[in-house]
Amino acid sequence: MASAALRSLEYWAYQYRRTWRGTIASSFLSPVLYMAAMGLGLGSLVDRSGHGASLAGGGYLAFLAPGLLAATAMQTAATEATWPVMGAIKWVRTYHAMLATPLRVVDVLAGHLAWMALRLLLVSAIFLGVMAAFGTTPSPWALAALPAAALTGMAFAAPITAFAATRENDAGFSALFRFGIIPMFLFSGTFFPIGQLPAPLRPVAWVTPLWHGVALCRALDLGTATAGPALGHVAYLGAWAAAGTVLARRAFHHRLAR
Amino acid sequence: MPSDPAEPLIWARGLCKRFGDLVAVDGIDFEVGRGEAFGFLGPNGAGKSSAMRMVACLSPLSGGSLRILGLDPARDGVRIRSRLGLVPQDDTLDLELTVRENLYIYGRYFDLPRKVIRERADQLLAFAQLTERADDKVEPLSGGMKRRLTIARALINEPELLLLDEPTTGLDPQARHLLWDRLWRLKQQGVTLVLTTHYMDEAEQLCDRLVVMDKGRIAAEGTPRQLIEQWSTKEVLELRFGPGEHEALAAKLGGLAERIEVLPDRLLLYVEDGDEALAGTHRRGLRPDSALVRRSTLEDVFLRLTGRRLVD
Repeated sequence: MASAALRSLEYWAYQYRRTWRGTIASSFLSPVLYMAAMGLGLGSLVDRSGHGASLAGGGYLAFLAPGLLAATAMQTAATEATWPVMGAIKWVRTYHAMLATPLRVVDVLAGHLAWMALRLLLVSAIFLGVMAAFGTTPSPWALAALPAAALTGMAFAAPITAFAATRENDAGFSALFRFGIIPMFLFSGTFFPIGQLPAPLRPVAWVTPLWHGVALCRALDLGTATAGPALGHVAYLGAWAAAGTVLARRAFHHRLAR
Repeated sequence: MPSDPAEPLIWARGLCKRFGDLVAVDGIDFEVGRGEAFGFLGPNGAGKSSAMRMVACLSPLSGGSLRILGLDPARDGVRIRSRLGLVPQDDTLDLELTVRENLYIYGRYFDLPRKVIRERADQLLAFAQLTERADDKVEPLSGGMKRRLTIARALINEPELLLLDEPTTGLDPQARHLLWDRLWRLKQQGVTLVLTTHYMDEAEQLCDRLVVMDKGRIAAEGTPRQLIEQWSTKEVLELRFGPGEHEALAAKLGGLAERIEVLPDRLLLYVEDGDEALAGTHRRGLRPDSALVRRSTLEDVFLRLTGRRLVD
């Protein structure tokens, strides 16, 4: 089983050779641009108003960077779990090619999810490297933000994979981004603490996986993490990833083994 | 694991496939022996592909029993698929990868060592007449080349049984003949072929034995020759008259043929001697716009069995 899933993973790694240069370049560029514009540009205003230091010891940039790390993992996950999944079902039909061989539906799913996890680790590692260059990794605990970001991503990748596998076309994906991913990106604590939200909206932010991912990555990066809340975030994100995997497995069986 | 050569490679009894209320395959029995070329002939929607997907262990049975290579698809799907080759109806090639890369990654799904895949890929590329395109992307290849690559890919694990679902649908005549030639060679090498088709010429060219499927059931079974002998006459006289006249004229031809089929554009007279029947037509004072005497085909068998044509 494990070896069969690895062979499915091998396909994704194999086809990635075509596009890796482009994706790596944008994985560098995107955090650099965000941190320069939001962290340094906008951040200088926040810090001058005296609020930066209250957010994080290092000012607004230090507050923002780990939040962006988690949010970027979410966006990467949402991209990897939508069009490529639909393509492997309907356009390139990769899953169907795999299923004509000894690979089973669970192997096909496990291999693709494993690939998404690898992509998330790669993107997050590059992001952390940029953060280090901007001087926003004050604590050695920042290294632990790497698996935390990848876990945040998987909390989205697994359920979105399940969603994508139930779609007949990609029309739902732009709605997912417009009404799910982008609002979370903006309002789940990445750019400002959710305490700034109107009180009735705060519980909404709490249930989003991104808020937990942001809180976890931020606490680890700044070295302020405490065991209880950190484990709580890990468990919450893990639950989303696990539930998503179960749903994805059901959706794949329904779709591919008819 | 050696199998008993006498044991059928495929054994199906009461095989059923339902999708909700739709019955795609409605209790069919068939067997395929080692080295045979076996066909499912029928129109679109007859249940051929659904039957094929169950044989390929891609789709669970809704009823009946099925043994492939002596194994149960529900329990041993992985082992069965490792010894099968499948050429699906819609290509599943990765258009962005090269021809050779497609073979390579598919071989990896079977867990074949890289060196083995490389050796086999060279042979298979030669077999599929794609050696010169080995390092080109698949995207710009012609339909016939893509089909040949799909067949080459399905052979990467040296399967005992090659399943082909509508192998030449959508190809031009030249590409079809080239493909038939390749499949014929495989048959010569002892590979068991199972194919679905709605082309009667394809079934006649390639199949030792076939079943005619209609509405999820098997309407008849036999060799192409047996089916024609059993369900049709030696010759067929095709007569064309002016539009709209065929129905009325069929009545005037009574007694000249064992059976007359009225198609929108012509009459088919099933006879032992077509020239004799044509002379008889003339004796009755009828002057068809065109007349053609030909041998019976599987198309005639299908028409006889179902009252409909294979390809509309």
